[in-house]
Amino acid sequence: MSKKNRITGALFVGTTAFSAFLIIAVIIILLVVIIIGGKDTFSWEFLTSFPQDGMMKGGIFPAIYGTALLVVIMSVAAVPFGTITAIYLTEYASETSILAQTIRFAVRTLATVPSIIFGLFGLGFFIKFVGGGMDDVFLGGQLKWGQPNILWASLTMSLLTLPVVIVSVEEAIRTVPREMREASLALGATKWETIRRIVIPGSRSGIMTGTILAVSRGAGEVAPILFTGAAYYLATLPTSLSDQFMNLGYHIYIMATQSANVDQTLPIQFATTLVLLMLTFMLNLTAVIIRSRLRRKAK
Amino acid sequence: MDNPIENTGFVFSKESLRKKFRWSEFFSEKIITGVAFLSITIIVLIFFFVFRETLPIFHQKKETKKIESVQKQEQYNGEETSVAKNSAGQEQYGVITKDTLMMENQVPGEDTIVRGSDEATVKSLLGKEWLPVSDRPRYGLVPLLVGTLKITLLAILFAAPIAILAALFSAAFAPHWMREIIKPAIELLAGFPSVVIGFFALMVMASFFQNIFGYDTRLNAFVGGVAMALAAIPIIYTITEDALTAVPRSYTEASLALGASRWQTALFVTLPAATPGIFAAILLGIGRVFGETMIALMATGNAAMISVNPFESVRTLAATIGAEMAEVVFGDTHYSVLFLIGSLLFIFTFCLNALAEFYVKGRLVKRFQGK
Repeated sequence: MSKKNRITGALFVGTTAFSAFLIIAVIIILLVVIIIGGKDTFSWEFLTSFPQDGMMKGGIFPAIYGTALLVVIMSVAAVPFGTITAIYLTEYASETSILAQTIRFAVRTLATVPSIIFGLFGLGFFIKFVGGGMDDVFLGGQLKWGQPNILWASLTMSLLTLPVVIVSVEEAIRTVPREMREASLALGATKWETIRRIVIPGSRSGIMTGTILAVSRGAGEVAPILFTGAAYYLATLPTSLSDQFMNLGYHIYIMATQSANVDQTLPIQFATTLVLLMLTFMLNLTAVIIRSRLRRKAK
Repeated sequence: MDNPIENTGFVFSKESLRKKFRWSEFFSEKIITGVAFLSITIIVLIFFFVFRETLPIFHQKKETKKIESVQKQEQYNGEETSVAKNSAGQEQYGVITKDTLMMENQVPGEDTIVRGSDEATVKSLLGKEWLPVSDRPRYGLVPLLVGTLKITLLAILFAAPIAILAALFSAAFAPHWMREIIKPAIELLAGFPSVVIGFFALMVMASFFQNIFGYDTRLNAFVGGVAMALAAIPIIYTITEDALTAVPRSYTEASLALGASRWQTALFVTLPAATPGIFAAILLGIGRVFGETMIALMATGNAAMISVNPFESVRTLAATIGAEMAEVVFGDTHYSVLFLIGSLLFIFTFCLNALAEFYVKGRLVKRFQGK
């Protein structure tokens, strides 16, 4: 091979390697900057106390609590429906049927719809249509459900995370060996019994990965809850489904862009970002580990 | 020798081999199928409900043309009171709405002014000014569209080459252990909440780039574009990498056997073979950037202006919805216009996804099956 060719080759490979390392470097810089910026303010007290002095001081407990509540309600809605859809796609639908392909297309579309659209949908459907309708029918027009609250925010978020659950559960179900299913059917179990006793237990780790990824996504998204239930500041924790709530991501957004004195609260902002980043980072890391183990098992 | 089946006294017949009907089976299958329909239903509902809220803009326009001026005023009053009732029943800013509306109703002259501006609203959708909160509101979508396109272009210009080259590196050149680090790391980047990336861009990147380039506006399209690129890179990388590894081994082996070196094979055989997949990756990256809200809200400066300078502030479509929806009066023209923007975003990303799905898949299958 000519010398010129070899130099071009080295340059080309070098460029690709540089691109890969550039991405890794940016990830590391982002992590380091946020950790350094937030580590002084970050403490147990910061996590467990309420904001004080108009959010200039104090902790972020209500935001953590609100986020936790949001993802719990969201998972309760998204995980069963996502799992069942995945079971349908793998166990019942034939790969080539138009219905199955339409469902697959819908799931992928759902995954690419911008998150702000879910917010609009939550406002138009859950709050105005369902909530407003409930108020008209049950409360005689008295305003209770027809306004932003944690239930509507969680349900909006569950639509966003549904594809995440479906995709991971489907992947896990496919790793359940065919022999197991056939053995079960040959022993006289029905299809539903096979699914319940063999397929679902066999894909438990996939359901867990899906839930973890969904929780991580739901904890980090802000756009869908901007006008479906997140509140700027609340003195009390949400106690009912019709209450508004504080949220970590929304807290960061508000503090960084709308707060009266952005510079003074900078340490709090960094610490809050650190908390959110650590939360999603840990969740994703767990999911990545479980998933790679699952993939190795599949091979 | 005895037949074991005969020993049990059981004889198979057509009847006994037929599948038994079981209610539990029947219901479980129907319920599972029903739930699976949910995703389709959600897409249809999103279409319907986001569009529904935009209808008032077009509806009002028709009415004003038909009704004569005196009747118009009456009609208008009646309409508005019902709106006031509705809004008081449904939303949290009801008190404010009622007050302003009552004021308007008391001053008859003001009605026509407001009405006039409403008509102008529909016409102003194609205008160059986005001034939703002013005495004479103007809802020109052009600056928002230009801003969004500018940001998208910048972000993809940054993200696509880097992500594709990185994917090529990890698919073709990187040793196994390095790939095991790069792939999960970029997957973790995909998991970073966009509000965190937005915060990083707002607090760190904006000042960093300002020191380098010395521009005036700290938050601008360039900073936003780079931040959005961070959000788009994982998507483009992952899909490109999948497309590259899906290229049949026979392709690369044939190339190597003909005497091409590894980099020549990667650049001239693997990469071209995976172009439909890479195209899909870029489309999905565009979709992601186009609809990204939080990064746009935090890092782009949010000033609706038309310019080609990348160091000027921009306001994107998605950020406009995010910033203004919380302050808007329910059922107002402004409210409907924001939903109209939402519909545009939805249609656009839907088409991108459909294009990526059908066109690309067809091409890939054809190519690898040698048809």
